[in-house]
Amino acid sequence: MSATMHMHGGIGESIKRKEDARFLRGKGNYIDDLTLPSMLHMAILRSPHAHARIKSVDTSAAGSMPGVIAVVTGELMAQHKLAWMPTLSYDTQAVLATDKVRFQGQEVAAVIAETKYQAEDARDAIVVDYEILPAVTSPEGAKAAGAPLIRDEKEGQKDNHIYHWESGDKAKTQAAFANAAKVVRLHTFYPRCHPAPLETCGCVADVNPATGKATIYMTSQAPHAIRTVFALVTGLPEQNIRVISPDIGGGFGNKVPVYPGYVVATAASLLIGRPVKWIEDRSENLISTGFARDYHMTGDLAVDANGKMTALRVHLDSDNGAFFSDAQPSKFKAGLFHIVTGSYDIPTAHITADGYYTNKAPGGVAYRCSFRVTEASYLIERLVTNAALELGLDQAEFRMNNFVKPEQFPYTSATGWIYDSGDYPKAMNVALEKLGYDELRKDVEARRKKGEVTGIGIASFTEVVGAGHGADFDILGLRMFDSAELRVHPTGKALLRMGTKSQGQGHETTFAQIVAEELGIPASDVAVEEGDTDTAPYGLGTYASRSTPVAGAATAMVSRKLRDKARMIAAHLLEAADEDLEWERGKFYVKGSPDRAKTIQEIAFAAYTNLPEGMEAGLEGVHYYDPPNMTYPFGTYAVVVDVDKGTGQVKVRRMVAVDDCGVRINPMIVEGQIHGGLTEGFGIAFMELITFDSEGNCIGSNFMDYLLPTAWETPKFEIGETVTPSPHHPLGAKGVGESATVGSPAAYVNAVIDALSPYGITNIDMPVTSDKVWAALRSKGVTE
Amino acid sequence: MWGFLGGQAMFPAAFDYLAPTTLGEALDILAERGDDAKVMAGGQSLIPLLKLRFAQPALVLDIGRLPKLNVVSRHDGRLIIGALVRHVDVERDRTLADNAPIMAEAAHWIADPLVRNRGTLVGSVCHADPAGDWGAVMLALNAELVAKSKAGERVIAAAEFFKDPFTTALKPNEIVTEIRIPIPPGQAGGAYNKLERKVGDFATVAVAVQVEMNGRKVTRAGIGLTSVGPTNIKATEAEKALAGQELTDETIREAARLAASAADPKDDIRGSAAYKKDVVRVFVQRGLHTALGRAQEKRT
Repeated sequence: MSATMHMHGGIGESIKRKEDARFLRGKGNYIDDLTLPSMLHMAILRSPHAHARIKSVDTSAAGSMPGVIAVVTGELMAQHKLAWMPTLSYDTQAVLATDKVRFQGQEVAAVIAETKYQAEDARDAIVVDYEILPAVTSPEGAKAAGAPLIRDEKEGQKDNHIYHWESGDKAKTQAAFANAAKVVRLHTFYPRCHPAPLETCGCVADVNPATGKATIYMTSQAPHAIRTVFALVTGLPEQNIRVISPDIGGGFGNKVPVYPGYVVATAASLLIGRPVKWIEDRSENLISTGFARDYHMTGDLAVDANGKMTALRVHLDSDNGAFFSDAQPSKFKAGLFHIVTGSYDIPTAHITADGYYTNKAPGGVAYRCSFRVTEASYLIERLVTNAALELGLDQAEFRMNNFVKPEQFPYTSATGWIYDSGDYPKAMNVALEKLGYDELRKDVEARRKKGEVTGIGIASFTEVVGAGHGADFDILGLRMFDSAELRVHPTGKALLRMGTKSQGQGHETTFAQIVAEELGIPASDVAVEEGDTDTAPYGLGTYASRSTPVAGAATAMVSRKLRDKARMIAAHLLEAADEDLEWERGKFYVKGSPDRAKTIQEIAFAAYTNLPEGMEAGLEGVHYYDPPNMTYPFGTYAVVVDVDKGTGQVKVRRMVAVDDCGVRINPMIVEGQIHGGLTEGFGIAFMELITFDSEGNCIGSNFMDYLLPTAWETPKFEIGETVTPSPHHPLGAKGVGESATVGSPAAYVNAVIDALSPYGITNIDMPVTSDKVWAALRSKGVTE
Repeated sequence: MWGFLGGQAMFPAAFDYLAPTTLGEALDILAERGDDAKVMAGGQSLIPLLKLRFAQPALVLDIGRLPKLNVVSRHDGRLIIGALVRHVDVERDRTLADNAPIMAEAAHWIADPLVRNRGTLVGSVCHADPAGDWGAVMLALNAELVAKSKAGERVIAAAEFFKDPFTTALKPNEIVTEIRIPIPPGQAGGAYNKLERKVGDFATVAVAVQVEMNGRKVTRAGIGLTSVGPTNIKATEAEKALAGQELTDETIREAARLAASAADPKDDIRGSAAYKKDVVRVFVQRGLHTALGRAQEKRT
């Protein structure tokens, strides 16, 4: 590749991230950096109890404290019909509690004051009289006879059951199980964890009393959808709402939902006529905002005498917290969980799911996950390893023998997903070779003979990302397209505006590279803007690895539209016919006469100065891309662990990750995404946990209890790739942000279970902490 | 004082702040307001408590400007560690490395470099968090604390210092100005083993072990435990059982058993009481083996 081409920044080039210049210099612009004239500060009073009836709220002392402008209660919100709001899962959620509190950390009242200190002092002076009720902290508790009714305000709600949902073919699956040579069962709990972005959620709501225009600066991964939701909830005309998401310090799904704090701050600004800032502290973020997982799963895998998987049966109980507000746009109650057959050609499957209310925070966000694919991938990959161990088969070989074969694509899964492309054996082989699997297997046996506890884990995941086509997805009816608007200036530089919103993924670089590839303008000459609903085209936002599959496709398509117009202008300038021109990245030339050429910069100038007769001026366009199908990234991860028999500590010795996300636009950014995901997967596997005591007190409400891995404990990652383009994406790209978080937890846990399997240990639920490993070993009499 | 923290949002309740420049001045202030005051050295434990409003003292007395307290010295067969000596200083100090190498080993385990750069050893001991690392090391080394007040000076043995969680033998009008550690006369070795869930976490269990040898026999053993009771615990029975003995697999196993029974942990998110007791056993075994090796190394 020549030096000039390297400067261009087209597809496949690992150019440095354009946004990093400001981030590395501390010049990012986050919500809390924003100060508006006469801005007030809001502090939220939260419930100390998981379940309690509110007998009274006394704000008199708080209201007369220095600097206090207003104390907002549920009663006041109710007067404006804003005490409750709709959720994305067609339930309702309390904005400020009026009747009961239903989880610890629930919003009860808010103080608006001149300074944050004054707001917090006054918040502590609000007196709430609670009648404490028994708390429900698990689906098991929720369905127990005599369980307290959590949603007693909902008409017709007689118990804590939210939904029952099924997928697949029950009869066919039953029949397959009846004929199975072997059935392997795994019961596992994927515990509640939290995206924990380093920047917490917050907003500055600025409702101008003169114009009625509401400008809301907000930590949102989906500003346009939020604007529409706000319009529907508040009744404000949509043109009077402007949502601006500035730089975002990590989202991971946590910044998709509408949180009560946003609504209260906006209502307060509207009532008071001054801007109101609300910034969560760390504990508020961990205890009240969108959690992830909390799935209790039982999987049965039927295998025939030849070691072929013949059927899969799964039941899951979902713990949804106090309000069903899963932030997911699919038409399926358990999200995309029915991708659970994963990478395997399993002829039939049947999935049943039940959702339950509990006295825990609501939210069910997809923490770096495409709507419950993480739980599905974890279950099938754990189950497959357990089946291999139980059947005495090699984990890798058992997978290889059951993979969907490359020639089967496009492949329709037993639950109806149409996998676009894949080559699973290839990714597996690259991973095994990188790992030195055969040698390692022998080494494991040798070490075990010496009394060491060591093992290898494999996971071969299939992801489903890029939501999504209108048949299966929408947000309150809005189809899941995304958009790109490209404007080329007379000097040949460009502005690309998008409906997505980066939270650190590197959109300003990746999408500029797509323009560089498709329209020939160097990536450094393309400014990318997102996040301002008054300027960016409408889009559904960034989550579930959808930006490259959807908005990336839109960027390619709009670039091609402009290229078509550029061809006509070039033909005019070169006095040639359109069809006589050839495109080479960055210029058009006359067939057979490469010297007769016009660069895209010359063409851009002509678009404003020297147009063909009758042509509209300018070089600009917009494209809304409605994806025809999901994309299906995949890969094989392999982990080697050593276990300390004395303390139960697990040390990850090796971690090999081979990803196939189709065509890589910026390989460095892709690798960065994979490193991040593998780190989060490691955290989820070994330390991250939001749990509750029997009274519903949240344990994991700060970073001393909710553990995030640091560089110190995170293993070294050895990464590799294969490239199987998506056949339906204009660039062949698939999206990669979440593959590693989805695929890696099972690989880590499989390694631990493989290590413990000689002692007859078949499962430890995440997080696999040293005390759990110790208990498992001691229960089998293994000690130091 | 918020400036150096980068203007981050921290919202403690209101408090007075005084930063005297002489010890006399500081002791005068404590004589008057000690009951409602918290003494702050490096602030690494106190500031988080203030921020979360778990601690709401009327006065924060910052002793960070008192002179001559940031010194490690050797005097009269003892190591002297001043009240403003930071964890990072302990990590790097040659005198400590030569005479009590367990201290550098333990210092590495404390929180993270950011905390170690500001937090102090004496402040951490006075904070008396049962999960604190230094308490166990001080118990293993038979350290003494020098407490000063307007009324004068008294010396408190580490074994007498820790009373309850976050509660010490210190009176409200007293400041600990230094810690003294007797320098072992002959061959000695120590080890600090810590189980933590991630870097910077408080210990699930940690064990400090120090042995002083004469030939093959133990003349004195010190064993301090972290995070397995209401205070740091001195495993006295185990120490006694080792005195005068050779360190064999058998005596080590017995000492480990006794130390584990001295532990009084609770079930919590880090693990069950049984788990923690067993890790004490494992760490005493490992620690004694390591300490023995180090003591023998030192002889050669």
